[in-house]
Amino acid sequence: MFLIPCPHCGPRAESEFSYGGDAKGSRPAVPEESNDETWIEYLYLRDNPKGGHEELWQHVHGCRRWLRVSRDVVSHAVNGCRDVAEGGS
Amino acid sequence: MSSYSLANLFRHGLGGHKGWKPAWRDPEPKAEYDAIIVGGGGHGLASAYYLAKNHGFTNIAVLEKGWIGGGNTGRNTTIVRSNYLLDANAKFYEHGMKLWEGLSQDLNFNVMFSQRGVLNLAHSKGQLETFRRRGNAMRLNGVDAELLNRDDVAAFCPELDISKTARFPVEGGLLQRRGGTARHDAVAWGYARAADRRGVDIIQNCEVTGIRRDQRGVAGLETSRGYIACRRVGLAVAGHSSQLAAMADVRLPIESHVLQAMVSEPVKPCLDTVITFGAAHLYVSQSDKGELVMGGDIDGYNSYAQRGNLAIIEHVAACLVALFPQFSRLRILRTWGGIMDMTMDGSPIIGTTPVPGLFLNGGWCYGGFKATPASGWVFAHTMATGQPHALNADLNLDRFHTGRVLDERGAGPYPWLH
Ligand SMILES: Cc1cc2nc3c(=O)[nH]c(=O)nc-3n(C[C@H](O)[C@H](O)[C@H](O)COP(=O)(O)OP(=O)(O)OC[C@H]3O[C@@H](n4cnc5c(N)ncnc54)[C@H](O)[C@@H]3O)c2cc1C
Ligand SMILES: [Zn+2]
Repeated sequence: MFLIPCPHCGPRAESEFSYGGDAKGSRPAVPEESNDETWIEYLYLRDNPKGGHEELWQHVHGCRRWLRVSRDVVSHAVNGCRDVAEGGS
Repeated sequence: MSSYSLANLFRHGLGGHKGWKPAWRDPEPKAEYDAIIVGGGGHGLASAYYLAKNHGFTNIAVLEKGWIGGGNTGRNTTIVRSNYLLDANAKFYEHGMKLWEGLSQDLNFNVMFSQRGVLNLAHSKGQLETFRRRGNAMRLNGVDAELLNRDDVAAFCPELDISKTARFPVEGGLLQRRGGTARHDAVAWGYARAADRRGVDIIQNCEVTGIRRDQRGVAGLETSRGYIACRRVGLAVAGHSSQLAAMADVRLPIESHVLQAMVSEPVKPCLDTVITFGAAHLYVSQSDKGELVMGGDIDGYNSYAQRGNLAIIEHVAACLVALFPQFSRLRILRTWGGIMDMTMDGSPIIGTTPVPGLFLNGGWCYGGFKATPASGWVFAHTMATGQPHALNADLNLDRFHTGRVLDERGAGPYPWLH
């Protein structure tokens, strides 16, 4: 168990959140215009790093906002968390 | 090295059992091999064994960064079954089941394969209908399957609470009698010993840190024990496939996740089959030592930490007590975790890669232990011939490009849902 510091609700247990996976790579804006490679890249391929990982979590049992979390996937240390609406990558 | 037999047991007994030799050698790595397998789990060792046995290779090494069987092979809940819906999976796992049935004899090592049956419980009419469909698909593929109603379940496993007042009343189940369990360590050791006897070098404490390539493809491996030349390399590193593939600039449709397992304190024999709970996620059997061996879902987020979360342990224990109220006073003795490759369709990947000479055996998700013999068999074929065997033709990496994914569960590209 680790704590995710929700910018709206404060530090909360991971069990209040639902996982949304790797935050890298967004859905092609105009799917009809994307080719197979970009679509496969978005849908299936992952860096799957052993260390720092940028990922999405939704605070389903809290503010229900989608958050972008930086977490070390070996130590589970959370090194940053912000609302996806704040933009940036 | 002498074979294991009653006669030899007797002979060594006369000498006070002081004459047994180590079951495999501890060789220094050579400068070059015809084939190298990275990862000394069951899959890597089985692949080396079948490369030697079925394809006549004599100059092979298995490189293991720790000790053999110390990865998921030694951490799993040892359930063996072939109850799959999709043709490609059913045929592949059923080939494995047939190999399991003769494995102890073939390896001259008792892997304690016990066909005690695997029963999947259904808790609603709808669920029972989907089981009927899967059972029929299995039978069409020549795999044994029996649909049980509630009374059959009660007769087959009287320990279960099948009362109408149970938290999730049991409607019936799908039984594969030929399924069961095997001793995980013995599978690693048995393949290691049998491979060693055919000349395979098993090199432990040897971590692969880089894959050297030239215009022809793979040229050799950088390791913690020096550079080793080799033009035919197979990766069987469960949980670390993405890491190894990245050394050759290959990206995979895989995420690494932690799966936990646990055992209760040992008790006298009380459960003689494998039960899986269809309402939530639990699978349980009793080991020969008497412990109840259990597991459930993955923790559900990317992880390379071989330890997990208490929430899953509580969930698994709660499921157990819902099914078997009489186990409520048992204490959990140990829990642990293993890192698994979760693929985007929940099915494994065995085959070629875009790099000539580099082969991949990974993406085993929850269920690679049962696949160990079949996986080694087809991976050896693929590495020896450069082409997939008919049984792993559909399990190729390319399926994510062609769209022919094998989504047994129908969960879509969300590895933490498979
Ligand atoms: C808790 C748990 C329960 C499970 N339950 C079941 C079950 O009931 N039934 C079932 O069928 N399956 C089950 N599985 C899945 C099954 O355990 C695995 O799919 C299977 O054992 C994988 O075997 P393997 O040989 O590929 O991997 P492993 O045994 O993990 O072997 C891979 C080896 O590669 C080595 N390695 C990694 N990186 C390097 C490197 N750079 N250089 C050299 N060596 C390296 C590792 O040290 C490791 O020993 C379970 C898994 C877990 C974690
Ligand atoms: Zn919140």
